[in-house]
Amino acid sequence: MEFVAISLLNGITYGLLLFMLSSGLTLIFSMMGILNFAHASFYMLGAYFAYQISTWVGFWPGLLVAPLLVGAVGALIERYGLRRAHRFGHVAELLFTFGLAFVVEELVHLIWGKSSVDYKIPVELDGALFTLFGTDFPIYKGFMMLVSVGMLVALYALLTRTRIGLIIQAALTKPDMVEALGHNVPRIFMLVFGGGTALAGLAGVIGGNAFITEPGMAAAVGSIVFVIVVVGGLGSLGGAFIASLLIGCIQTFSVALSISITDVFALVGITLPDGSQVARLTITQLAPVLPYLLMVAILIFRPRGLMGSRES
Amino acid sequence: MQNPMDGVAGFKTFQYLEENSMTQSKFRNLAIAASLALMGSAAYAQVKIAYIDPLSGPFANVGEAGLKGFKEAAEILVNQKGGIMGQKLEFVGFDNKGSPQETQIQLKAAIDQGFRYVTQGNGSGAAHSLIDAVNKWNERNPDKTVLFFNYAAVDPTLTGEKCSFWHFRFDANTEMKMEAITNFMENDKKIKKVFIIGQDYAHGHQVAKAAKEMLAKKRKDVQIVGEDLHPIGRVKDFAPYIAKIKASGADTVITGNWGNDLSLLVKAAKDAGLTARFFTYYAGGLGTPQAMGASGENKVLQLTEWHMNVPTKSTEKFALDFNKKYPGVWFYYLRVNTMVEMVAKAMNTAKSTDPKAVALALEDMRFPAENGEVWMRKSDHQLMQPLYISVFAKADGKTVKHDSEGTGFGWKTVASVSQRDSQLPTACIMSRP
Repeated sequence: MEFVAISLLNGITYGLLLFMLSSGLTLIFSMMGILNFAHASFYMLGAYFAYQISTWVGFWPGLLVAPLLVGAVGALIERYGLRRAHRFGHVAELLFTFGLAFVVEELVHLIWGKSSVDYKIPVELDGALFTLFGTDFPIYKGFMMLVSVGMLVALYALLTRTRIGLIIQAALTKPDMVEALGHNVPRIFMLVFGGGTALAGLAGVIGGNAFITEPGMAAAVGSIVFVIVVVGGLGSLGGAFIASLLIGCIQTFSVALSISITDVFALVGITLPDGSQVARLTITQLAPVLPYLLMVAILIFRPRGLMGSRES
Repeated sequence: MQNPMDGVAGFKTFQYLEENSMTQSKFRNLAIAASLALMGSAAYAQVKIAYIDPLSGPFANVGEAGLKGFKEAAEILVNQKGGIMGQKLEFVGFDNKGSPQETQIQLKAAIDQGFRYVTQGNGSGAAHSLIDAVNKWNERNPDKTVLFFNYAAVDPTLTGEKCSFWHFRFDANTEMKMEAITNFMENDKKIKKVFIIGQDYAHGHQVAKAAKEMLAKKRKDVQIVGEDLHPIGRVKDFAPYIAKIKASGADTVITGNWGNDLSLLVKAAKDAGLTARFFTYYAGGLGTPQAMGASGENKVLQLTEWHMNVPTKSTEKFALDFNKKYPGVWFYYLRVNTMVEMVAKAMNTAKSTDPKAVALALEDMRFPAENGEVWMRKSDHQLMQPLYISVFAKADGKTVKHDSEGTGFGWKTVASVSQRDSQLPTACIMSRP
């Protein structure tokens, strides 16, 4: 019981961070149809910007400024790079974002070095928020959850309850009509791309010091965000939310299970021949691969994802 | 007719000239030599050692700290004291990205650039790959042999079943370290339940194996309540593992983790308020003291060949100067200094920089290192040196004279093992050239 509660908390915290990361990706995809391979790079940029700002003026200004900066970079990239690539079709777009990821990584190497930087949690957020069954729950994790949930609510409100949200949604399905009504559709797309990357930047600001800020951090999460978007359903914000929590919990709980594949088969009454390396693998060791297994399974049995609306 | 490849393969052309047109182009050779001399002191007349370790990726911080240590040691301990037969000792970094495959590529690159010595330490997987590649190379090129100095890869098989004449290890291996740790645990009756966590590769497996075997012999009453291997360098949030350790009721954790895998582990333990004690190999440096801070007090122990509060003749000053010179990197590896001094001594004694002659001079060498007399055992090329178990404690200016990484906490020796007592039998059957 105790262990389940703690693991659930850990899983939800991790899941919420994943959601912050993937919400921007799914937003950009649903609005613009762009599968942004460089999305995790904006996450990394957010962490590095926040680190740089924190060395000058502290963490709190960075929390606000870093995502805005990342968003501005994203908007500029959309305006002067992606928009041109768009003319040559989806493949060009895809390749553009793919290359962008490498460019960002190399730039980070050049500016901040290949090693990790010392981006620390602010003192105010260091410590225990509450103690559950003798295990401390850090304030910072609570803060992460708060920011993530706040972001979800704000995003939902923006998209469904405001005028600009309505225009964005309209531009998604009927761009010509929206344009005919006098709205600047390319600028809306630029805003959406900038906004999406800013969300990834925010996740970086928060995740960078919770874990570690180093040039490999983009590659480390780059694939998992795609898993979330695919499992949740391409373009579905609600789906991404559920998939994030699901994958956060799967990863947390699978670490906890020390049973081996042999044991799993034994549960259903099959005895595996003893001695093979594979049969002795424990679920814990398989933990890193489970999200990808889930993605493959979803693609086979429910290609549109948990809550996706398109078949593509 | 001009060879179109001339510009591309300039180096090869140069060798070609040297070998084949001695009579014709003595003048040209002289000109080349003169121009090389003019280019600066960088080329020629130097003993160069290739440092093949991760300089990018999740363990870049560890690799870079090691390289700085080697460069500083070569400068202060060798070059400023007359060098090697008048030549300078130089370390050059090669980035193996922590991968065994890349290690082989970097070795090839180093050999192509004329390196005859390599050193590596981070990751026994890469060390295995390197020892294989060096053996193979030396078999095929007996006139251009390469020697491998291992300063930190601690898998016992490297000086056991896989031992090689061309490999020397300057760090105590896992069995030696675990022997010392379990001897200490034998007398500590507070320990009842032990959890073993490690990185999922050769080193992590060896630590777990040694810990289980030795505890079973020395403390039958101790229960191993859990054992976990996690992917190396990929776990960013150790909270689930800490939850598992907590649920197992362990009062003691044994880990061979290093670099960020250790920093993040103790950070997660601190966040969750885990009270178990940690027995580690590598908590003394590379960011881990900063990650644990006050929460590690009296809870985190390490086994090392030295730490800042073990009195020495001159290393204290060396370390303080190093810390000042490289802010953010803290002097950590005494064995790097020992290695550099021993290698220089071997070359000077052998009056040669030929790897085979140097290897023969290094074998059986006894050397007054800063942590006491050390001995390079001839039978398996494993360095025998004193070992210290220390606990993270508040710096008091006396027994804990120096704190670690500016945390206000430093290492306090709680037990030590003499060089003689650290020796264990070896399974090595070495084939000698």
